[in-house]
Amino acid sequence: MKPNFKRITHYRLFLPILCLVLVLLVNVIKTPTFFQLSIRNGVLYGYIIDVVNRASELVVLAVGMTLVVAASGGTDISVGSVMAVASAMSCFVLAGGQVSVNSYAAPWGFGLLAALVAATLCGAWNGFLVAKMRIQPMVATLILFTAGRGIAQLITRGQITYIRVDSYKYLGNFIPHVPLPTSIFVAILVVILTNLMLKKTALGLYIQSVGINKDASRLVGIKSNWIIFFVYTFCGFLSGIAGMIASSRIYSADANNIGLNMELDAILAVALGGNDLAGGKFNITGSVIGAYTIQALTTTLYAMGVTADQVPVYKAIVVVIIVTLQSEEFKKWFSKVTARRLLVEAKAVEA
Amino acid sequence: MDDSIVLAMHGICMTFPGVKALEDVDFTLRKGEIHALMGENGAGKSTLIKVLTGVYEKDSGEIRLAGVDHLVENKSPEDAQRLCISTVYQEVNLCPNLSIAENVYIGREPRKHGFIDWKMMNAKASELMRKFSIDADVTVPVGHYSIALQQMVAIARAVDMQCKVLIFDEPTSSLDEEEVAKLFDVMRALKARGVGIIFVTHFLEQVYEVCDRITVLRNGKLVGEYTVHDLPRYQLVAKMMGKDFDDLASIKSIRTKKPSDAVVVRTDHLGHSRTIKPFSLEVKRGEVMGLAGLLGSGRSELARCIYGADKPDHGRMEMNGKPFFASHPIDSMKAGMAYLPEDRKKEGVIGDLSVKENIIIALQARKGTMHLLSKKDQEKFADTYIDLLQIKTRDRDMPVRSLSGGNQQKVIIGRWLLTQPDFIILDEPTRGIDVGTKTEIQKLVLQLADRGTAVMFISSEIDEMLRTCDHMAVMRDGSKIAELDESQLNQKTIMATIAGGGK
Repeated sequence: MKPNFKRITHYRLFLPILCLVLVLLVNVIKTPTFFQLSIRNGVLYGYIIDVVNRASELVVLAVGMTLVVAASGGTDISVGSVMAVASAMSCFVLAGGQVSVNSYAAPWGFGLLAALVAATLCGAWNGFLVAKMRIQPMVATLILFTAGRGIAQLITRGQITYIRVDSYKYLGNFIPHVPLPTSIFVAILVVILTNLMLKKTALGLYIQSVGINKDASRLVGIKSNWIIFFVYTFCGFLSGIAGMIASSRIYSADANNIGLNMELDAILAVALGGNDLAGGKFNITGSVIGAYTIQALTTTLYAMGVTADQVPVYKAIVVVIIVTLQSEEFKKWFSKVTARRLLVEAKAVEA
Repeated sequence: MDDSIVLAMHGICMTFPGVKALEDVDFTLRKGEIHALMGENGAGKSTLIKVLTGVYEKDSGEIRLAGVDHLVENKSPEDAQRLCISTVYQEVNLCPNLSIAENVYIGREPRKHGFIDWKMMNAKASELMRKFSIDADVTVPVGHYSIALQQMVAIARAVDMQCKVLIFDEPTSSLDEEEVAKLFDVMRALKARGVGIIFVTHFLEQVYEVCDRITVLRNGKLVGEYTVHDLPRYQLVAKMMGKDFDDLASIKSIRTKKPSDAVVVRTDHLGHSRTIKPFSLEVKRGEVMGLAGLLGSGRSELARCIYGADKPDHGRMEMNGKPFFASHPIDSMKAGMAYLPEDRKKEGVIGDLSVKENIIIALQARKGTMHLLSKKDQEKFADTYIDLLQIKTRDRDMPVRSLSGGNQQKVIIGRWLLTQPDFIILDEPTRGIDVGTKTEIQKLVLQLADRGTAVMFISSEIDEMLRTCDHMAVMRDGSKIAELDESQLNQKTIMATIAGGGK
């Protein structure tokens, strides 16, 4: 019994999963309706669906952020702005430069492509600054963090561009006859494909290796700078996907609001997933769980009737608790306390 | 406690997950003595030191310190420092971005009106540097200076703090002879002042030169405490290894073949403008070429230039008869080179990766990103080299940083052997490694050469080079000044060449 317990608590994902479960447990007591699912108009409804659906962008961003953190020991704070750039690009292409359209000016695929290319270029720019110019990641990505929304405004000429076409809404809502929101599938697909890319090639090993010791990695023949360039570029690409989902939800490009503050949640998701923000070993699944935890928390708070302007306060409190639970110092303290208790129990048994 | 005793450790036990690192170890340090703590890698020397300095918490045992009535329970290095126990570590642990003065006085800065008194601090630091005849500007970040100089600064810092017990954890492994001599003077002066000094080292000569007493550990257990007179060198080695050992005998006899005439690497005025002046040399199949010279003479820089770790900006080179230019280490690897860097911690091990991953990573990099080695192959390769080099690890999935220094080095050697290079550069492969492993590595070098590998061997120990090299190049002040062939390979000639003939 005991060794089993220990094995479970030492499992890397134990704490992230525990945190998610705890957040969900609160609902069992407070909002039992949280777990109800119903079918309306042929699609599934419910808080749980809402959590998984709304978390999609964050999941996608968290995947990219995990790799950035792992390889460079830094964070990409421009992901939210890059989402705005991507959505502006897509709407610009699909609206053919107009403010609001009721039919595509170009095939949807072109819009998608334009968005992803723009986002990937943004990522490559970040990668160039970090890997080649050796600028600190925070500073390097700060450039697009501030400039990105300006670029998005430039692309849409300061207007909110609307694409009032049903098929544009598919990505962020439902595809007809599919009972689950599309973005859920997109997020899962991104996670699976990224994992395949990391596990079926040596990329995963290289990213960790570079994050742990860049100099040593270079000397064993890994192009450390390329790896770092790659993760930022890839992170930009994923921001583009997240931007497309976000844009589809509101069938428009709102340069000021799309992806707002998402970079912070993405970084938080990585940390909640038990990843070391100093780089090195990483765990994508952890980050994904972290992303769902953050969204579950937000939705829980709404379900409990907390108003939107107060949510950040409660969120902050819970985050502090979760992060403390995972800190090394706390773990040390905890293992000491449990060891002492075991000792006391053992003595009691002897007596 | 006896008045002459400054530190007594009794019955110290310490367990790491799955490994008993220390078992019932006693250690006694007297006032004004230099006490060597000896043992092979993984014998528990560093662990004992870390228990004493509060880095690790012991499981059981007692520590008593002169002038402290209660048992000492150090929970952190700060605790130890408060009790006047200072340490100089093998790896320099200064903050490279802080100035020398800041490093020396960090945490105990002289203050005026609550603010740091910079003038006073710099003056005091300069004074201290002068005392150690360290020639350096105390306001310049430590990172600008050589490792040797940094080590001296670390020593100066430890000595400057009032201490009863001063621990030297292999401080000499990155120092050259002159610096070692300087360090020994300092140690003797401290000894005269009544400080108890614990000296951890792998260099036997140094033990006999400066120490009074020796405590030997083996596999986490105490072997015994001896005065230096009672324990001749070969017996010390025998005690450390737990077996009789034909130490220091020639091992060259295991060579069965002579070097061939086929040239593997040829450089023609190859150079790197900031680090090494143009040099020309040839290394042949099955030859061990030594690079001798003082620290900072350009030995490592020459090696880095050939390997492309520093991209050469001058001259040409050939590899296996074909013109070759490395713009990245991967090119050199593909051409059949391997390079074991001098600074194991910074450029060698990838600490958090497992032993397995550390072994296969070079081969993986050469195969290319898209051709991931199968799990089965990875395990097979790792196990092969763990066996072959007798790497002491619980299993192949342990993070490599949890291994002792010598075993980490073996992992990196395994990493390169796995790539089956035609030419391997070994830069100080035996630094900070115990005598037994040292000999193993030296023998390995000879075996490699026998199998036709061209080897470039860099070491600060001339003894070691004499035991392994067929041929030697001598470096001074960033350029190659001479080549010595087999007939000239003796201590005297080499020393004279390194020192130079009063030009």
